[in-house]
Amino acid sequence: MSIQTGSAWVDGSGSRLAKYNFLRSINWGRFAVLAVPSVWLAIFFFIPFLVVFKISLSETAIAVPPYTSLLEWDLEEAYVNLKINLGNYLFLFEDTFYLDAYLSSVKIASISTFLTLIVAFPIAYLIARSSPSRRALLLSLVILPFWTSFLLRVYAWMGFLKKNGLVNETLLGLGIIDQPLTMLQTDFAVYIGIVYTYLPFMVLPLYSALEKMDMTLLEAAEDLGAKPAISFFLITVPMALPGIIAGCLLVFIPAVGEFVIPALLGGSDTLMIGRVLWDEFFLNRDWPMASAVAIVMLIVLVLPIMLIRNSQGKEEAV
Amino acid sequence: MNPKKLGLAAALAVAVSTSAIAEEKVVNFYNWSDYISPEILENFTKDTGIKVNYDVYDSNEVLEAKLMSGGSGYDVVVPTGSFLERQVQAGIYSEIDRSQLSNYGNLDTVMVEKISRHDEGNKHNVPYAWGTIGLGYNVDMVKQRLGDMPVNTLDLIFKPEIAAKLKDCGITVLDSPAEVISIALNYLGLDPNSEKKADLKKATALMKSVRESYGKFNSSQYISDLANGETCVALGYNGDVLQAQSRAEEAGQGVNIGYAIPKEGTLVWFDLLAIPADAPHKAEAHQLIDYILKAESAASISNFVYYAVANKAAEPMVLDEVLNNPGIYPSDEVKANLFTQNAHTAKFDRQLTRAWTSVKTGR
Repeated sequence: MSIQTGSAWVDGSGSRLAKYNFLRSINWGRFAVLAVPSVWLAIFFFIPFLVVFKISLSETAIAVPPYTSLLEWDLEEAYVNLKINLGNYLFLFEDTFYLDAYLSSVKIASISTFLTLIVAFPIAYLIARSSPSRRALLLSLVILPFWTSFLLRVYAWMGFLKKNGLVNETLLGLGIIDQPLTMLQTDFAVYIGIVYTYLPFMVLPLYSALEKMDMTLLEAAEDLGAKPAISFFLITVPMALPGIIAGCLLVFIPAVGEFVIPALLGGSDTLMIGRVLWDEFFLNRDWPMASAVAIVMLIVLVLPIMLIRNSQGKEEAV
Repeated sequence: MNPKKLGLAAALAVAVSTSAIAEEKVVNFYNWSDYISPEILENFTKDTGIKVNYDVYDSNEVLEAKLMSGGSGYDVVVPTGSFLERQVQAGIYSEIDRSQLSNYGNLDTVMVEKISRHDEGNKHNVPYAWGTIGLGYNVDMVKQRLGDMPVNTLDLIFKPEIAAKLKDCGITVLDSPAEVISIALNYLGLDPNSEKKADLKKATALMKSVRESYGKFNSSQYISDLANGETCVALGYNGDVLQAQSRAEEAGQGVNIGYAIPKEGTLVWFDLLAIPADAPHKAEAHQLIDYILKAESAASISNFVYYAVANKAAEPMVLDEVLNNPGIYPSDEVKANLFTQNAHTAKFDRQLTRAWTSVKTGR
């Protein structure tokens, strides 16, 4: 938004009236543009969120659907009965297991996000610095793996990492190890899976930030005697910061709730909130409890992130 | 609880659903993956003109979640006994009208009687297939580590000193808390259906004492792991293990798989045909069930999926190699040692899941 407003000021700098009219017309356009994503968010995020929240306040029942309704009324008897059950939320604090699962998910997501950043930065940098004609090719190479099913690609990693898989066979053949390494069913494999799967989500925002960077700044720094490492941390990283933040959020948020990758690549002792949700929903058949776990995850993890993002948006606008 | 050659099942589903015409009579059949011989559905359509929309799942939980949400649109589903028991309580099945089933008399009355503990008077189910949970093992790898010790015992996975010897070649256990804990309870000489906290604690302690030697907990991947020699002992479903056996033979890598029903006794399960209360095509559903009850159909299923069918009339048509395989059709002596699983209360399910997670993750 900040960019649009900025250009509006430049364009309308002729007369006051023209500026006023121009701003007014842009506000109408802005309204229309914002309405579409707002309606979209309301239908596909906010309403489902309310439904899940409602279920989290009910109790399980042997019925279809398997939970009680919050509101009961009988017009003839003239009574309305609202029954809210907070027990599911209280139970989350009774057993430290849920806290462990949240923390473990955050830990795995944070480490994988960091690793993804480390891997993605050089790739994005290289693409941003190549000639425009090569950029398109390199970018499409980053996106290309998406054309194959995500599940197939994770299965391919299982083939690489298993005991008699490609990696072990190669290392054994070269005489580097004499016993096959246990890589599959470990946290290590989960990190590989997440970094591999989410890499494009990190590369693309980094690329778009780095591509806009003015190379003359680096030359100026060099002229003034800055070593490459120093100009990297003082110039390149701050310039890429919006891309770094966007990429990290795009990787971190889905990684926290990731279910498939830890289920296929992780060990039985890899504890993540996605698995806990599955168990609550399918093994315990406790839809209200599963909903409470999901709501708390949203509040504990996503809310702070949204607040940070919001405050940053304001800073940029100023 | 069954084989998961998804590819085949998917191909089958596509083949069956390609010729869709609007006015055609249809029946929506939701079954376990790779759990029927393809010719049954083709012949049913040929004989009756009813098109079968065939769709597959690989866990009772997935089926239950769909049915419990309501409006699944399925006409015939195949839940396992203990699941059907609870689902009947929720009122999601309609009663079976036996007057529409001319072949109901083909069923094995002994089995039908056993199943009635899940569903009084068997009002809501027709038996489909049944099987056991037992030990699938790599004959050579186990012999190498345990010598001539008999393998038809749960000591292999529940005795710490024995399990430790098998750790390096891999032990896999079904990721199915209710089933595995009931087998552990039975191994300890306790009631396999006990809901006592103290009993659950004992079973959990037993599992924790051997946890260190276990490689994985999973309910489908062990088929290929056994066949590839990635795991040497698996607590799994009999048909799955037999499938691993035939895959290993096909691969010709010298992997030799055996199946043993533990002498301590184990769990027997029944998969049952049922009609959801909101099924849109109930008459067609009955026709399909009656077709499956035909002796030829039941025999064809048993020969194809390597699970036993509770169909007395079919037995003469079941291949000798299937009928005489003690892993598929066990002897009466072994049968006497099998127990069935009841549906648990919601409260116990929660304790069970929690105990299971603590076994798996140590938390």
